[in-house]
Amino acid sequence: MKSKNTILLVLIFSIVIGSIFISLNGIKIGKYEIPKIKDAIDLGLDLAGGVYVVLEAQTNAKGIELQKIMEQTKVIIDERVNSLGVSEPNITIEGSNRIRVELAGIDDPQKAIELIGKTAQLQFIDPNKNIVLTGKNVVGSEVQYHENQLGQQEIVVSLELDKEGTKNFAEATGRLTLEKNIEDRIIYIVLDDQIISYPAVQSAEEGGTAITDGKAVITGSFTLEEASELAALIRAGALPVEMKELQTSIIGPTLGLEAYEKSLKAVGIALIIIMVFMVIIYRIPGLIASIGLIIYTLITVFTMSALEVKLTLPGIAGLILSIGMAVDANVIIFERIKEEIKVGKTLRTAVDAGFRRALTSVMDSNITTLIAGVVLYYFGIGPIKGFGVTLIIGIIASMLTAVIISKYLLKLMVSVTGGKNTKLYGANSEVKR
Amino acid sequence: MNIIKNRKIFTVCSIVIIAVGLIMFFVKGFNYGIDFTGGTLIEINTGKFIPVDEVREITDEYDKSASILHGGENKSQLIIKSTLDFSNNTVTDIVNNLAEKYDINNKDFQSEKFGPFMGKEIRNKALLSILIATVLMLMYISWRFEFDFGLAAIIALLHDVLIMIAVYSIFRIPVNSSFIAAILTILGYSINDTIVIFDRIREESKLYPKESIENLVNNSVKKSLTRTINTSLTTLIAVIVLYIIGVEDIKVLALPLIVGIITGTYSSIFIASPIWYKLKNRKIKTAK
Repeated sequence: MKSKNTILLVLIFSIVIGSIFISLNGIKIGKYEIPKIKDAIDLGLDLAGGVYVVLEAQTNAKGIELQKIMEQTKVIIDERVNSLGVSEPNITIEGSNRIRVELAGIDDPQKAIELIGKTAQLQFIDPNKNIVLTGKNVVGSEVQYHENQLGQQEIVVSLELDKEGTKNFAEATGRLTLEKNIEDRIIYIVLDDQIISYPAVQSAEEGGTAITDGKAVITGSFTLEEASELAALIRAGALPVEMKELQTSIIGPTLGLEAYEKSLKAVGIALIIIMVFMVIIYRIPGLIASIGLIIYTLITVFTMSALEVKLTLPGIAGLILSIGMAVDANVIIFERIKEEIKVGKTLRTAVDAGFRRALTSVMDSNITTLIAGVVLYYFGIGPIKGFGVTLIIGIIASMLTAVIISKYLLKLMVSVTGGKNTKLYGANSEVKR
Repeated sequence: MNIIKNRKIFTVCSIVIIAVGLIMFFVKGFNYGIDFTGGTLIEINTGKFIPVDEVREITDEYDKSASILHGGENKSQLIIKSTLDFSNNTVTDIVNNLAEKYDINNKDFQSEKFGPFMGKEIRNKALLSILIATVLMLMYISWRFEFDFGLAAIIALLHDVLIMIAVYSIFRIPVNSSFIAAILTILGYSINDTIVIFDRIREESKLYPKESIENLVNNSVKKSLTRTINTSLTTLIAVIVLYIIGVEDIKVLALPLIVGIITGTYSSIFIASPIWYKLKNRKIKTAK
């Protein structure tokens, strides 16, 4: 029995040491690869570098209407961001009327922000350089099939305008139909100073009239692809509402990285000091707690990586705090075990009783902290949310390691060492009453 | 150690700190971070120390009252704070000007901009979170223990928050969104500490039902004292290391956590338990 347990204990120790090694250095077996911890965690923008901007819709719309506007805006911003070629942009609707755009690792953050938030970068310009419409006047644009004068099906791009746009467009088209030369009847559709299309208004001679219903089509022997691209560009040029820049943050890639490296170092050093502290004070249980602490850290980090929780600066603080608190459950238990030994119990029964009596205290104290963590997660915004997540994961992981893993290891250890020498377990040999 | 007997001393200590803090708060107000006031923050890795006057030559064009600070090792980091809402072009201009003049990599910077309404909203959300968290915790404690324990624990929490606020206003630490994260963490930490002691009181009162309340509290605190100290030490170690090694942004969060952990530990021993004693004692007296 004893030798079997010794083997088991050695095995567990080796696995733990092995996992530390793997998580620090990564491993590659054939095509399977486990990356280093450092690379496995998704980093938030404050660590990875990049830009985020929070935009607020300037509108009085409420409820479902607002929701619809926001969905629309998000789609458009999505299209704009895609045109920047950013890998994994993160665009989320926050609250009822805000959009948070997070872009990691881009070269020209200023330009990106401007592009994203622009309401009316799309312009319709007549030959006299008058701006007829802007992007915000365009309600919709789609690919449609129309029958032309020859009775053939033709691919066209439709335009739908808002009230103001309809009025302006009616005025402009009415005026342009009177021009003789085709060059004088062109409406240039300009996106970011680039002409994306230049349809001409039909002249009065050809039967053209002012377009007064706010609905127009652009013809021009498009292929389906060309037409859908044009429609997409026109749509993307038109945010349904004005978006106001509430908050912007630009983090240079080196600064973020420095913060990350330093914080990792801090976590490492804190872990080592705590372990030394625990071993000095609690001897063998302290050693067990240290192993528990390593397992706890691994569980937390891998859970974060599996749930794709983005690690942020406040998140690191939450993590390091939960490391400190993870030790707490062990401390509570070990103090109880010491007490039980003092009243003259054998080591084996003392361990059992210590765990049992400490359980309510560990559970109650952690659950109350958990309540705070959950509230933080639900009601927090931005970085505070990240803090809440790490705190929740940390608390659950610490309870599991303290109550299950430490207990198992400690019992194993007691059976291996024989449990005669209570000094090794942090108790003074003298028996106090 | 007789906590109950000396409880007035502790109460007075706390009240003095809180009072000084509140006076400072009313006289000078908080040192709000830009995420509360609205404004722009630019941080640049300069690699060397650049005197404030020279930086001003560049920033004066945009905001004469911008505050310019140094951070990082050897003061090689430049922090420019303005309560104005700089346009993105302005930010780029400032960075490029500095980069050109001092031969710095013009990508090595970060900037933050906050609209003036964000702060109010963050604050309101935080107050709401604290309120909800408090009510939920009170409910949980009342269910697992008694209402008196819950009430005492919440009063101790209130004490911690007030002390934190006092420390922030006395030392003029910038109040920003990490301040909220810090306060909320300390709530979680302090209640954790308090509950462990209350758990002990609950247990002792079952084991020794005839013991006087005063002895009960004193013994429970004494018996869980090693644990309280050791836990606070390990948590403190973690946060202090973070403070020493971490970058500027982390330091801003770590410092209040250090203060909070100490306060949280102090309040669970010297504030929460005596308050529970008082609540309990009053009930016993009225019963008699």
